[in-house]
Amino acid sequence: MAESLKLQLYIKERLKKREILLMTHIVMGYPSFDASYEIVEQMVEAGVDLMELQIPFSEPMADGPVILKANQKAIDNGSTVEKCLEFAEKVASDFPIPFLFMSYANILYRYGMEKFAAKMAEINLQGSIVPDLPPEEGQDYIEAMKKRQLDPIYIFSPTTSDERLGYLASFASGFVYCLARKGVTGKDTSFSDDLALYLSRCRKATDLPLAVGFGVKEKADVDYLKGKADIAVIGSQTIRVVEESGSRAAGDFIRSVL
Amino acid sequence: MKNRGYYGNYGGAFLPEILVATFDELEDAFENAKSDPSFWRTYETLMASYSCRPTPLTFAENLTRKFGGAKIYIKREDLNHTGAHKANNVMGQGLLVKKMGKKRVIAETGAGQHGVATATMAAKFGFECTIYMGEVDVMRQRPNVFWMEQLGATVVPVTDGTRILKDAINEAFRDWVTNMDTTHYVLGTACGPHPFPEMVSWFQSIIGKEARKQILEIEGKLPSRVYACVGGGSNAMGLFSGFRDDPVELVGVEAGGHGVNSGMHASRLCSKDASPGIAQGYKTYFLQDGDGQMKETHSISAGLDYVGVSPILSDMHEKGLARFESATDDEVVDALRLTMTHEGIIPALESAHAFAGAFREVSSLSKDDIIIINQSGRGDKDIFTVADAFDDPKWKQFIIGKAKSYNG
Ligand SMILES: Cc1ncc(COP(=O)(O)O)c(C=O)c1O
Repeated sequence: MAESLKLQLYIKERLKKREILLMTHIVMGYPSFDASYEIVEQMVEAGVDLMELQIPFSEPMADGPVILKANQKAIDNGSTVEKCLEFAEKVASDFPIPFLFMSYANILYRYGMEKFAAKMAEINLQGSIVPDLPPEEGQDYIEAMKKRQLDPIYIFSPTTSDERLGYLASFASGFVYCLARKGVTGKDTSFSDDLALYLSRCRKATDLPLAVGFGVKEKADVDYLKGKADIAVIGSQTIRVVEESGSRAAGDFIRSVL
Repeated sequence: MKNRGYYGNYGGAFLPEILVATFDELEDAFENAKSDPSFWRTYETLMASYSCRPTPLTFAENLTRKFGGAKIYIKREDLNHTGAHKANNVMGQGLLVKKMGKKRVIAETGAGQHGVATATMAAKFGFECTIYMGEVDVMRQRPNVFWMEQLGATVVPVTDGTRILKDAINEAFRDWVTNMDTTHYVLGTACGPHPFPEMVSWFQSIIGKEARKQILEIEGKLPSRVYACVGGGSNAMGLFSGFRDDPVELVGVEAGGHGVNSGMHASRLCSKDASPGIAQGYKTYFLQDGDGQMKETHSISAGLDYVGVSPILSDMHEKGLARFESATDDEVVDALRLTMTHEGIIPALESAHAFAGAFREVSSLSKDDIIIINQSGRGDKDIFTVADAFDDPKWKQFIIGKAKSYNG
């Protein structure tokens, strides 16, 4: 299987200029596709390095209240898989940063793993994060992705044993997504020695860049991660900011954490 | 992840990484219990002293005479402590929780029977207990909410999604991914990621083991058919597992709601509206749209109102090892009335689906045939829903009077 290096190289290049990169998350179609586009535009201008585009799912098991509600509202407002793919194609061609899909296994399964990967390659998405598709259940997904030099992004968690970190790393490419803590998205995380210890375990398990997410919401959190991780991931907090102050606030928010 | 628990094309363990270690621990505890004969003996003794097991197999003489076909027997899971088969699963998992050394249990509930059973188990074993219940179900199963709270559980109404059973399951998982060190999630049916479908079916198999022994003692032969209602599939798996190696037809009855062609039902296996999908950690038939978004379901009974179904039953369906039918809300209310007036037995609305399915067919069987209907639970909890379905004027007067007395 050919390993994809595109995303990994991009991350390494960017890290030469900056101590830590920033990845953000949106739910496509929430609150509307127009707003989603504006948020992407604002974030890219403010200096975000990578973005996760979530295709909403009705049962988002790993997401907390903020992203859960965004998923529901997006679906209620008519955010279909087809429209999400069109949106992703547009932002991937309009903006010069890598975009990844985030969704749940059923969305890919219903679309067809092969077809989904082919579509991703066609519209220039670089990889995807599917939290309920562990490698044991995702062999056809992994094959379809690697065949097209797309990156299946795997997740490390604080409860993952060293042995399993190695197992997951053997399927990962692009970077690895390290959950900062237990729980769902959108709750606070204590950025402490425990986290540093866990990140050093992650570092030992793989040479790939490490992204850290869950509970990252302000400059202090991002600063804490410098030197310990390569990418800080901000998810729920940008959705909260947009809910409170509108899509135009997204850019200022990003500038405030960098 | 060791054994992924597949039944043909269905099952599996589609777990977020954070839960993989917890499931490994659970699987170890379950495997140890299975291979230790003293565990099952402890379980049977507990169920005998705490939950009236073995439950009787009642000959329904009047219904048999009325239909003039096969002899009708009723397996009385309603006589379990807390009034439903849910106790079988809950007490079994409670014993595992003790072995794993956890101190808190959480559960989802639809009809509230599983929630009440879990709250009871938690009180007996000294665990903290939180129950997630869709807001819609909190409204329609108020008596069970009251009892859960009196038993010491915290009941959390779930206001997301369709606000019924599947949404309660999602919330329970969200709690679990945070608190897995102290907490066990007592899943209430034979669904979810491995090992739940197998484990819940194992505890429920006590129903089928007893029923098979009882019918052979009473009649000296096996039934031709056995009937069970199918929500997630645990009472059906429990009864079916006693007869899987016998020449006995296994019939599951799903919620037909307003009819399987109405779009307002919860029939996953016998309608054309469901398709294979992956959600809530496992692969099975789901009522979903083309994108894979789960649809709204409808049933008069809160306990059958679920978008998915046991992967073991999906596999049996595909292989023709069991037959699946549906019963509409109206048929269910009729079957309930008939059973009450002829046998003095009050089935839960869920169980009444199995009765309705059996009544439809029993006349076409011969007098030499025997059928067993699983009465998964008792109907007391449904008093508000049934009173509305019967449109009972005296009940309405009572409620109005009661409300007045609260308003002073
Ligand atoms: C009395 C009763 N029967 C049946 C069910 C359906 O569950 P299952 O299909 O797992 O037996 C329920 C669920 O709440 C119930 O309370």
